[in-house]
Amino acid sequence: MARKTPELNTSSMADISFLLLTFFLLTSSINTDLGINRLLPPPLIPTEIPPDIKIKKRNIFVVLINTYDQLLVRNRPGDIRTLRKEVKLFVKNELNDPNLSEKDESINIPHIGAYQVSKGIVSLQNDRGTSYKMYIQVQNELTAAFNELRDELSMEKFGAKYEDLKNVEYQKSIRTAIPLKISEAEPKDVGGKK
Amino acid sequence: MSRFRKDEKPKVPGINTGSMSDIIFMFLFFFMVITTIRETTLFVKIRVPMATEVQKLEKKALVSYIYIGKPTNTIYGVEPRIQLNDVFAMPTDIAEFVFVEKTGRSEQDRPFITFALKVDEETKMGVVTDVKQELRYASAFKINYSTRKGDFFRSE
Repeated sequence: MARKTPELNTSSMADISFLLLTFFLLTSSINTDLGINRLLPPPLIPTEIPPDIKIKKRNIFVVLINTYDQLLVRNRPGDIRTLRKEVKLFVKNELNDPNLSEKDESINIPHIGAYQVSKGIVSLQNDRGTSYKMYIQVQNELTAAFNELRDELSMEKFGAKYEDLKNVEYQKSIRTAIPLKISEAEPKDVGGKK
Repeated sequence: MSRFRKDEKPKVPGINTGSMSDIIFMFLFFFMVITTIRETTLFVKIRVPMATEVQKLEKKALVSYIYIGKPTNTIYGVEPRIQLNDVFAMPTDIAEFVFVEKTGRSEQDRPFITFALKVDEETKMGVVTDVKQELRYASAFKINYSTRKGDFFRSE
């Protein structure tokens, strides 16, 4: 008669695999890389004189950040908390205020119809001494202003937020109607080395 | 009547734990697959700033990282430094880094390479500006400022 092989006790196997599981849970992090996307402009060619683009003063929304992280918005001391609202007012300009941005001639955008695209440009300039935190805050507020405008138009036309639009064509139309116009001026070093 | 009564109490059958390990292993493999262990060791301290208008970085393979922050080891100084891959770098090294990163990818992927700037929030813009200028001259225009998701007004 053949001897019976004793059964392997597998109850500790679960413990071992739990141990491995907790190890991996602790050592690894699910990569969630988030951030603000930007496109840099092509570099200036030193031998070439940059083309003199005439932009009316009313169409530029200048934001300066100095070395002490203070804001100068359209030649007046500004506040980060009101920046988003001011940018929205400037780009939208519903009442056609002569101090705020002009509008282009009405063009026909697919899915939206006749729309007057704003000529407004936000120009951002920072100092070398500006903190990165402040810079990101300002960038965030500027982006937020444009995103909110896009959401508003999208809600009005398609009944959903811009991010939630299923149709890529609709998103494209919204982008044409409200382009993200944030320009960064060549940096300055006013605050000096500290 | 008593002949129908059982002598011992009814036994509760033991739960078979043999498949437990299989389930846990499944979990384990799931986590192993979805997570990535950070390949580069950071020599700089980085706490990225908060922002609300964040977008997800898609296509991990097409993202290259540039780290800027104060060195964790003070023998390298206390001023913010740039880290590329595993070494400290100067802003002038960016052009070469961009070239290497581009040649490492296939030709049709090259225009879509994003350079993610992981910068500590305490850093001054000077060094960031230098890096941005170098990226411009190296024709790497797609950048991403890495941030955490959160509202800085509420957390102040």
